[in-house]
Amino acid sequence: MVTPATPLWEVFIRSRNGLSHRHVGSLHAADAVMALQAARDVYTRRGEGLSVWVVPSTMITASDPADKAMLFEPTASKIYRHPTFYDVPDDVGHM
Amino acid sequence: MYTQGLTASDPDHSEAAAHFQARIDADIRIEPNDVMPDAYRRTLIRQISQHAHSEIVGMLPEGNWITRAPSLRRKAALLAKVQDEGGHGLYLYAAAETLGISREEMVDQLLSGRAKYSSIFNYPTLTWADVGAIGWLVDGAAIMNQIPLCRCSYGPYARAMIRVCKEESFHQRQGYEIMTTLARGTDAQRAMAQDALDRWWWPCLMMFGPPDGDSQHSDTSMQWKIKRFSNDGLRQKFVDATVPQARYIGLTPPDPELRLDEATGHWRYGAIDWDELRRVIAGDGPCNRERLAARRQAHDAGAWVREAALAHAAKRRPLSQAA
Repeated sequence: MVTPATPLWEVFIRSRNGLSHRHVGSLHAADAVMALQAARDVYTRRGEGLSVWVVPSTMITASDPADKAMLFEPTASKIYRHPTFYDVPDDVGHM
Repeated sequence: MYTQGLTASDPDHSEAAAHFQARIDADIRIEPNDVMPDAYRRTLIRQISQHAHSEIVGMLPEGNWITRAPSLRRKAALLAKVQDEGGHGLYLYAAAETLGISREEMVDQLLSGRAKYSSIFNYPTLTWADVGAIGWLVDGAAIMNQIPLCRCSYGPYARAMIRVCKEESFHQRQGYEIMTTLARGTDAQRAMAQDALDRWWWPCLMMFGPPDGDSQHSDTSMQWKIKRFSNDGLRQKFVDATVPQARYIGLTPPDPELRLDEATGHWRYGAIDWDELRRVIAGDGPCNRERLAARRQAHDAGAWVREAALAHAAKRRPLSQAA
């Protein structure tokens, strides 16, 4: 019998309180409990984190790089979304 | 190889290839879902998976000494180092998987002998000093190779290498500490350290691969910024860094032609026996069969664990979904 492939998980670690969880890599595990244990062994051997999330890779929906222009380029032309677009008299000071 | 595959008669392809090369030249990292030439993908799969196999097979020569480490301090460090190598293998397998090859396929390529791993791990660890020599020289050579890979054009590989390099420096220092301790010990200990250096020196110089003129993958890899320095350039860097370290602890590399070139500041070394490297790569090193047998045995003996874990997960799935 051919053993079915062991599912892939994405690993996210929060390095300390006050920061957000960050993607650090992936690993294979049969279930969530083992994924968490493996994540702890593989990705936190030197005090890298205080909290670990594991997410089945199949649960992630990603944008298509081919849509990059459509999705992200329009923001480049909208310079009025940035504070530096607006003129404030120097005398007003920092705003 | 790449330019031959994409001839000018195929305008779509040559345009795509030029666009890809322009991104590489502009130092834009390539990410898993980006368009990339098949040859780039194949080259990376081969290189990253062989790098991963090297980390995993590399656990064997040192693992051999864990139960016989001379003190608890040495044992704890060696255990941590071998565990790191396992972790490095996993980071790298995961990076290769982003290119569309499965873990199972890669493991199968290793166990069936179709994939290579670093020839250095086909040499035996005969004495405790070999553990010191591996940390100092083998990991030292690996660091020389791996630091430029942190800037490799393929994002997941570069990110994996950053983690690996951070951890690798402990490996080299613990190895050099072992060698220093032996070199300052009894006559027998000093002889053991020198003997280890004698046996590991040349194979470590071979780790950088064939001379630049003969390397079959170099040009395209350089063009794609998978590789940033030539084999000979890295080898020279390693020799220049290592010879003073050896002399500092009173050990002598086994090369009568080794001399400092005052004009350039480089250490010039004698001829490398490339036939030896070819023999070891072809499967005739001292430990090739033993290493593969050990990996196959571990894989087969672990099969029931993988099956049981998946069966357990499958059994629990309906329950958790119903809840």
